[in-house]
Amino acid sequence: MAKYSMHILVCGGTGCRASESAAITKNFKKQIEENNLSNTVQVIETGCFGFCEKGPIVKIMPDNTFYVHVKPEDTKEIIAEHIIKGRKVPRLLYVDPSKKETIEDSKHMGFYRKQLRIALRNCGFIDPENIQEYIGREGYESLARCLTEMTPQDVIKIVKDSGLRGRGGAGFPTGLKWEFTSKYQADQKYVVCNADEGDPGAFMDRSILEGDPHSIIEAMAICGYSIGATKGLIYIRAEYPLAIKRLQIAIAQAREYGLLGKEILGTKFDFDIELKYGAGAFVCGEETALIHSMEGGRGEPTVKPPFPAESGYLGKPTNVNNVETFANIPVIIQKGGAWFRSIGTEKSPGTKVFALAGKINNVGLIEVPMGITLREVIYEIGGGIKDGKKFKAVQTGGPSGGCLAEKHLDTPIEFDTLVAAGSMMGSGGMIVLDEDDCMVSVAKFYLEFTVEESCGKCAPCRVGNKRMHETLGKICRGHGTMEDLELLQNMGRVIKDTALCGLGQTSPNPVLSSLDNFWDEYVEHVNEKKCRAGSCKELMQYFINPENCTGCTACARVCPVGAITGERKQPHTINPDLCIKCGACIEKCKFNAIFIQ
Amino acid sequence: MAKVKSLADLRKMKEDLQAKVHLREKGDNYESLVQVKVGMGTSGIASGAKETFNFFIEELEKRSIEAVVTQTGDMGYSFAEPTVEVTLPGKDPIVFGGVNTKKADQIIESYIKNGELVEGILPENYDTIDNK
Repeated sequence: MAKYSMHILVCGGTGCRASESAAITKNFKKQIEENNLSNTVQVIETGCFGFCEKGPIVKIMPDNTFYVHVKPEDTKEIIAEHIIKGRKVPRLLYVDPSKKETIEDSKHMGFYRKQLRIALRNCGFIDPENIQEYIGREGYESLARCLTEMTPQDVIKIVKDSGLRGRGGAGFPTGLKWEFTSKYQADQKYVVCNADEGDPGAFMDRSILEGDPHSIIEAMAICGYSIGATKGLIYIRAEYPLAIKRLQIAIAQAREYGLLGKEILGTKFDFDIELKYGAGAFVCGEETALIHSMEGGRGEPTVKPPFPAESGYLGKPTNVNNVETFANIPVIIQKGGAWFRSIGTEKSPGTKVFALAGKINNVGLIEVPMGITLREVIYEIGGGIKDGKKFKAVQTGGPSGGCLAEKHLDTPIEFDTLVAAGSMMGSGGMIVLDEDDCMVSVAKFYLEFTVEESCGKCAPCRVGNKRMHETLGKICRGHGTMEDLELLQNMGRVIKDTALCGLGQTSPNPVLSSLDNFWDEYVEHVNEKKCRAGSCKELMQYFINPENCTGCTACARVCPVGAITGERKQPHTINPDLCIKCGACIEKCKFNAIFIQ
Repeated sequence: MAKVKSLADLRKMKEDLQAKVHLREKGDNYESLVQVKVGMGTSGIASGAKETFNFFIEELEKRSIEAVVTQTGDMGYSFAEPTVEVTLPGKDPIVFGGVNTKKADQIIESYIKNGELVEGILPENYDTIDNK
């Protein structure tokens, strides 16, 4: 039986594969056999190291040596020198560009990594159902320090100094919000955690609640102490049963340990948390609608002011923050505002969690410092576009955000730059689109979502979005005119200016930003009745190439509307007036004879 | 469970807990104890993490391997769920992706028993606050 003492790890991520990592693996395997090392050295291909610009990457274990830009012809030298003689190959080691030092050990290479986990620090690390694991990771120490060593004003000052901005979307400074709420006098104040995550494709809040529920409980108690509240409420959608279950367990454990309840940690501070379930309406992410829903009313927004800080839940001063915002708080208290400010950018300090989805190789949850570019996120962390297709756009901010194009790839990601580019941070959904996605249809998809989710209270949102949606449908069906494009732009601007709440004010964004960035595609739909992505069914026509068609009749038999006719063993034809473009014939054809144009 | 009464209490508790983890890693069982963490957020469970979790518990016991199997949250690698982190005594943790029961069997037989790696390793691609 083989007992391996050394392992050669070759990166098998898409980027490294494109630069011949497969050949490297093959060479290593072959040469290891030639050197009779098969019983002691094992070669293995891994997932992406997230360092694609320096690829292909080869890592040697157990000494953690990290080789970059390895070529297939380098394998001989690595085996002869490193594996056999134990001498590293200096020319392949990574040189730290800032210090001009060679880095040998990947353990000291944390800085090369594009991701930094603050909000996700315990996610995937501790057992979320065991409070002891959280305490073992310095959990509740920030709360204890706040209660025993700091005044509420001190706590607010740290949060203000950190420059933390609300991670729910709009990016309002968290410290300021706490300060406002702290200034209003009342017999009862509330801390609310907004866990009504509703953007399509976003699941960062769910993952934090499922993976590290105690961090939210601790942060809410800290907030309660600083603003003078003794009650916390978590508004969570009933569609998140696992998050709810883990929160219930965590709250019960915290009570048992005296970290929630009366006289926490032997001080005079009381704080407890209750869960409120929502039915999963997008508008309930808006804080006034959320509060109405918690009170048992309809989830409809009301005009601000008064802000919840003055009159919120049951008319009392209420501080509402998003899950990810809270997840940052214990670390900020632990390490200080200046530390947090040193990460990210001046105007948007810290990190942001994104849910990468769509046509990207490494779909998943990532946390990156603010200021990173879309290119780094998509190509280095995300591993590039699926199936080697061409990047077209990235949708950020969900239905309130917009579509950014190739020209924005080098834009740093922060609250203000994304808004300037016509999109927004939103809660952190990031959906990558490739050449097969039609921008008009994508805009229509998001608008459909807003039309469904609009509460119907104000006319601009209820009626305006509906009309915009109809106009987009008309364009997709090939009946659009240039006047329609102008109408979309005007109507979008009016809705933005006049809608009551955040949902309506941002709902035209996907349309407006795609009109800005993909104007040509809209014009093509209107003037040429053409959809370059081939996704608008009614603009497409199915044809049979007579040269490939063998007349096997398979397509004619599967066509549900009898649109395909022809003699046996003779090329068939499709009647465009009958064809419903279902695609059944293409699936059936074995000769690649049917095509779409 | 007695309530935590003060910051000093909490710190002591933290140290005890860390010592326990330390003991678990460096103590009497140094040679034999394996740690397996299964990522069990919604995405993981939807891709079969529960089966993987149960498989590890049952099979490690059947095959007389002393191990601690725990659940944890989402590790973030949605493209490779279920994800499992395996720490052999004295070694760095390794995360494997796409661990169905078949892969779990391979991990037990090859990696846990013989230290031989299996395909599907996901290199740690992020930095932690401990280094910052």
